[in-house]
Amino acid sequence: MTTTVSSRIVSSRGVPSAAVSDGALARPVEIRTRSLSLIYGRKPAFLDVSLDVPRHGITALIGPSGCGKSSFLASLNRLSDLLPGCRVEGEIHIGEIDVLDPATDVVALRRRVGMIFQKPNPFPLSIRRNIELPLKEHGIRQRAEIDAIVERTLTEVGLWPEVSDRLGSPALALSGGQQQRLCLARALALTPEVILLDEPCSALDPISSGVVEDLIASLRGRYTVVIVTHNLAQARRIADRVAFFWLRDGAGRLIEEGPVDAVFDHPRDELTAAYVRGARG
Amino acid sequence: MDRSIPWAALSGGRSSTSSRSADRLAATCVWIAAAAVSAVFFWLLSDLVRHGAGQLSWSFLVDAPSNAGRAGGIGPIVLSTAWILAIALGVSLPVGLGTAVLLAEVTSPEAIFGRLVRRSLDVLAGVPSIVFGLFGNAFFCVTLGLGFSILAGGLTLACMVLPILIRSTEEGLRAVPAEYRLGGAALGLGRFTILTRLLLPAATPGLVAGVVLGFGRAIAETAALIFTSGYVDRRPESVFDSGRALSIHIYDLAINIPGGERNAYATALVLVMILLLTNSVASWLGQRLRGQHLHS
Repeated sequence: MTTTVSSRIVSSRGVPSAAVSDGALARPVEIRTRSLSLIYGRKPAFLDVSLDVPRHGITALIGPSGCGKSSFLASLNRLSDLLPGCRVEGEIHIGEIDVLDPATDVVALRRRVGMIFQKPNPFPLSIRRNIELPLKEHGIRQRAEIDAIVERTLTEVGLWPEVSDRLGSPALALSGGQQQRLCLARALALTPEVILLDEPCSALDPISSGVVEDLIASLRGRYTVVIVTHNLAQARRIADRVAFFWLRDGAGRLIEEGPVDAVFDHPRDELTAAYVRGARG
Repeated sequence: MDRSIPWAALSGGRSSTSSRSADRLAATCVWIAAAAVSAVFFWLLSDLVRHGAGQLSWSFLVDAPSNAGRAGGIGPIVLSTAWILAIALGVSLPVGLGTAVLLAEVTSPEAIFGRLVRRSLDVLAGVPSIVFGLFGNAFFCVTLGLGFSILAGGLTLACMVLPILIRSTEEGLRAVPAEYRLGGAALGLGRFTILTRLLLPAATPGLVAGVVLGFGRAIAETAALIFTSGYVDRRPESVFDSGRALSIHIYDLAINIPGGERNAYATALVLVMILLLTNSVASWLGQRLRGQHLHS
């Protein structure tokens, strides 16, 4: 009996199986895209991406700038709706939600799929209000309940000891790393199932970056995490699976994806091999 | 805690001699220009104070004018002015805010409709006030049958103030970082929540600037009011009465009434003081609102 721990070279004919083989342990699929493309006006950001993201794992999207990784992320919570002239084609399923169905409740979708951006973006409100505002929007209004969630999520991201005595002070007075952790706490407060991270550490100093990275690694097993990163070492440290994007004929493509060790140590595609070796990209 | 490097402390240090003299010349020019602007303002103000301060008293502010304005006070005129301004701002603020939100948040910057509205506003902002006066007279006084009234004057001023208010609020909204919109949407916040809780508070400085500019234009307006609110100097009983604004009172005393100069100066001093007061209150209020928002 052979267990195949190998990456998959993605081509338009290949359709992945229903469960993602993760070596010994197979996890159910949380996010499934099929022939997904995103086009700005006439310019495609990425084309024909079919990817399965396993539940409660960390999947890293790697590849050079401009190959559609961030756009791919933005299509998963329909944030791409906000971009004028942007068209998304194909299929996205997150759990039982058909994401691209026009009838899908986008607000409910975004409650289940949280997102963290490259530049920390706390609102110009107090620390507490940053977490309270989305909670109230989603119908949680009781003060005691909100207080409990604020404490729980700030503890979860390690901010509670640092800010518990000044919850009323402006969030913008926090340091970059603290702001990013607040943004994560704000997203966690809505108890999402999926968390999308778009280069969450790249605007931070090395120490803050390390703290945030450890925090992301700690989400494994509880949330389904998809992270875009340009830092290959980071991808290797925290990800279970890696998807490699590359720009081909002016559009981003998914070249290869699989367990992190398979992609880094035994890449099947030459482009992947050159990229993870640092020879290209 | 501000850990930023105090670059400003470096401004005294210069490396090369040739650039030093050029710098000095430029600095001198800038200082002269700034001093000239302030000098004009202080000269104007001191002239007003010198000629008008002697007339100022509580009774001047509340009494009715007598002897065609040569004697007595400006009580009814202050009242009429307040009503006209209240109507002008009361009408233009909600309409202006709504239009600014539409332009900045709903239509894209390139859309034909938005460009058309924006272009019309820019043209309107440059239309001479006498034209607004004629329009106000034809439309509000005659067509709508309001006659010479405070209401007609206030509505005419609202039309004049709108372009200023809309454009500065729109600029304020556009200056709000896109991250707030994206971050809000990613958290599943509705458009209305994003607008009222994040964008409008962040755009408050723009809104306040618009209100201050609009208020200044409205309180200084003379030509548009002669044809609409009229120049009866009686105490108005309702907004349907004619009422004389401060600026018209100054104009009338200075041009038509021999011996009215002293009271014209005093009235002008009151006008400028109101303007200074509202400017300071508005900027204080704007900062306070922003501060409250940050800390709430």
